[in-house]
Amino acid sequence: MARSGTAKRVTRTATVPEKIPIRLTVNGSQMELTVAPWTTLLDALRDHLDLTGTKKGCDHGQCGACTVLVDGRRINSCLTLAVMKEGAEITTIEGLARDGELHPLQQAFIDHDAFQCGYCTSGQICSAAGLIAEGKARTPDEIRELMSGNICRCGAYPNIVAAILQAMERS
Amino acid sequence: MTPFQYARANDVADAIKQIATDPSAKFIAGGTNLIDLIKYDVEGPTRLIDISHLPLRSVEPTSAGGVLIGAMVPNTDLAYHPMIEQRYPLLARAIMSGASQQLRNMASTGGNLVQRTRCFYFYDTTTPCNKREPGSGCSAIDGVNRINAILGTSEACIATHPSDMCVALAALEATVHVAGPAGTRTIALADFHRLPGNTPQRDTNLEPDEIITAIELPPQGFSANYSYLKIRDRLSYAFALVSVAAALELDGDTIKDARLALGGVAHKPWRSSAAETVLRGERANASAFARAADILLHGAKGYGHNNFKIGLARRAIMRTLAQAARGTPQSNSDKKIR
Repeated sequence: MARSGTAKRVTRTATVPEKIPIRLTVNGSQMELTVAPWTTLLDALRDHLDLTGTKKGCDHGQCGACTVLVDGRRINSCLTLAVMKEGAEITTIEGLARDGELHPLQQAFIDHDAFQCGYCTSGQICSAAGLIAEGKARTPDEIRELMSGNICRCGAYPNIVAAILQAMERS
Repeated sequence: MTPFQYARANDVADAIKQIATDPSAKFIAGGTNLIDLIKYDVEGPTRLIDISHLPLRSVEPTSAGGVLIGAMVPNTDLAYHPMIEQRYPLLARAIMSGASQQLRNMASTGGNLVQRTRCFYFYDTTTPCNKREPGSGCSAIDGVNRINAILGTSEACIATHPSDMCVALAALEATVHVAGPAGTRTIALADFHRLPGNTPQRDTNLEPDEIITAIELPPQGFSANYSYLKIRDRLSYAFALVSVAAALELDGDTIKDARLALGGVAHKPWRSSAAETVLRGERANASAFARAADILLHGAKGYGHNNFKIGLARRAIMRTLAQAARGTPQSNSDKKIR
């Protein structure tokens, strides 16, 4: 039975917070955008800058699909507010290749078939780039531990570790 | 999600002033827990005050021989700091056993202390939870409580505090430096977090208008004989079912001083001075470790799914003390427990 039209329509009276202009350096390019305070860096990249290589998986910091580098450090872009990163340098999967040459990690992931569906891959590769920059992992055990923030539901882990080892040796 | 406004704090005084003028505002630093809670509608601040840019990022020796850690030092930077790795390896290991490297890169030292429980019902806004909505009831007591507390619980709440870092800080007897409208004060880590009692909505004794500025470590770091053992449902990137921080000062095989703290079992890092006293002057062996474990777990109570934690904690305490006494701390990458 359809509801009668007597119910009062509720109108929002609270003022919606204003959007904020920010500047980010994304993959070497200066970007200016205007975002709501609650816009995550992930949504800013995907929806405002059309950089859809960074994936939204869980959106709660539990899967690592959204991993990007901020000022050279790997972070979960889904739990980062874009406004808090004003002035920061962001590197996404789109920014890793140089002059048409794949990044050593991208090539290593191809060489080792380190993916199946590919949804986690951009996060895996950005995370691995952060891992190599940190310089703390040497052994497969250490790689596994320090890559545990990137879940691969296809279970390509042995190939991912092999790919990262190859890229580490060549970097 | 409730829409919120955003403002940066210029310095600590500005942060205190801003929070005082808006009771529905919250500080944000790393954001790893708060943004998640906002997405789930568990938290609904109308304004976020960004303290992540405050100049609280140094790790410095104190005149007392300890170390002062700025509240905005990221967890990774703290764990990898040479002074922490060398003098307080228990803290470094505990930090590195929590979360993932991405989250540790984001999370701040101060924020780690005030992260909220990961009790399933606290996160599920369709169920009663006294911590989220005081007076609504506790769904965990008769619910799926595998991850919940066995010590210091109340009829109102059986949530645990999820931090690994705080377990090591408790064992090391750290002090929390805070600032507020009335000035600055220090809180012993043991007194920082609260037991749930009838007010589980209050996790800590930090006042809403106060800000954590630093954590201070005393000189004794137990760098020779320590171990942090974390037992969880998967080998990495999971919260503790039970974790143990053990630190010993040995004279030969005689225990001169001992520290013991548990994570994953209570609303705060769980310590007992009696359990540590019983170890002092004893030979470092299994019977002494068992006595300490029994005292530390005195009064432990399971709620069904988490009954296993009592026996698990006893064995984990004994194993961690043995690792500490041997000088072979649990490795974070080699998952074999020896």
